[in-house]
Amino acid sequence: MITKRIIPCLDVKNGRVVKGTNFQGLSDVSSPVELGKYYSDNGADELVFYDITASFEGRQLFTDILRQVASTIFIPLTVGGGINTLDDFDRVLKCGADKVSVNSGAIRDPSLVGEAAKRYGDQCVVLSADIKLVDGVYRVFAKGGRENTGMEAISWIKRCVSEGAGEVVVNSIDTDGVKNGFDIPLLQQVCDAVNVPVIASGGAGSVSHFKELFRAIPTIDAALAASVFHFGEIAIPDLKKDLRSDGITVRL
Amino acid sequence: MIAIIDYGVGNLFSLTSSLGSIGAETVITSDPDVIRKADKLLLPGVGAFSDAIAKLRATGLDKVIIEEVRGGKELLGICLGMQMLFEKSYEYGEHEGLGLLKGAVVPMAGVIPSELKIPHIGWNALHVCKENKLFRYVNEGDFVYFVHSYYATDCDESLLATTEYGKELTAAVAYGNVMGCQFHPEKSGSVGLSILRAFCEE
Repeated sequence: MITKRIIPCLDVKNGRVVKGTNFQGLSDVSSPVELGKYYSDNGADELVFYDITASFEGRQLFTDILRQVASTIFIPLTVGGGINTLDDFDRVLKCGADKVSVNSGAIRDPSLVGEAAKRYGDQCVVLSADIKLVDGVYRVFAKGGRENTGMEAISWIKRCVSEGAGEVVVNSIDTDGVKNGFDIPLLQQVCDAVNVPVIASGGAGSVSHFKELFRAIPTIDAALAASVFHFGEIAIPDLKKDLRSDGITVRL
Repeated sequence: MIAIIDYGVGNLFSLTSSLGSIGAETVITSDPDVIRKADKLLLPGVGAFSDAIAKLRATGLDKVIIEEVRGGKELLGICLGMQMLFEKSYEYGEHEGLGLLKGAVVPMAGVIPSELKIPHIGWNALHVCKENKLFRYVNEGDFVYFVHSYYATDCDESLLATTEYGKELTAAVAYGNVMGCQFHPEKSGSVGLSILRAFCEE
């Protein structure tokens, strides 16, 4: 049976991983290549690289780095950050990305998802949405979660999926950084609304949060996290062993 | 030298890098002479069956591949490249494949339970059905990475491995010098690299 995926997310700025880690055996804790390889050798099912650089030079550095990562690590790579046009898709796919994650780019130009899916296939287009509960309604936020677009989240996700988004990353602003568990009610609504893989993001603080997520929502496909992995609070092989002993199907 | 056949479909970056990482010499080519001189052939592919087979025919490479394989050269098809090895595909209509293997490619929709998502995306376990050089280093239950919505059926003759997704789906095939993986060995970590290594070896 298909396994639940565990996905570490690495933020890259000017070609370096932001918030370097202190894993033993890494000579350069903020090298995307070294960290990527570490995760790939230690049970990650997929890697997400998020480019948080704003400058043109930084972008160039990012694609150079991506090319190095993709020639050393042979698991699926998703790339996000600054994806606004089909040229951006092209740029990262040529450097070895398998999937491209769009967020603000799709909000600015809603035709981007459909056009990218037509050109590269649905499996290549990942919709990433930052969502917050405002007055009882889930709303989509833009610009890294700073700006309320006013759009209702579930209908936005359904629309993007119908246009060709092959996977959805749901990042709950309410639970992000709080380390108090994933946003189960929001994730349940998204899973009920679409029939493509849904990846939970925001709120992981302990192994039990992952168990809770996969138990509460059997149809959820994957969990994404950053700091709990980077700071070594959770080691992915241990997490997966725990999940398996709990009856959750994972790749060990 | 392994010729990776380039007919304008799919991203060859990972495939080339993964083969490079195990020390294989590769050339990405659409030149019939290079394909004829190569020791082995690799047929990649993503996207829609009808587009891919049309592109292969438009370049005349279909005939070159068939000739070379009939002459005994080893061929590995990956993902859509594997699906094209069969006689037919029923992806949006009915299309002729290369006919190098007996069988047909059919949609998962309507065959697997409706609560399962399509495409079948992610890591799934291999159930090995027979011995073959391609799986020399593979163990029963090893995980590989899949992305597909169609699968090969009626291919008992070549069936090498299956994977369970509401139903046993064809995961790999091998018959004589013709081999194929529905999953992506170039994205399947050490297991995938070991399959590519086995293909490169004699």
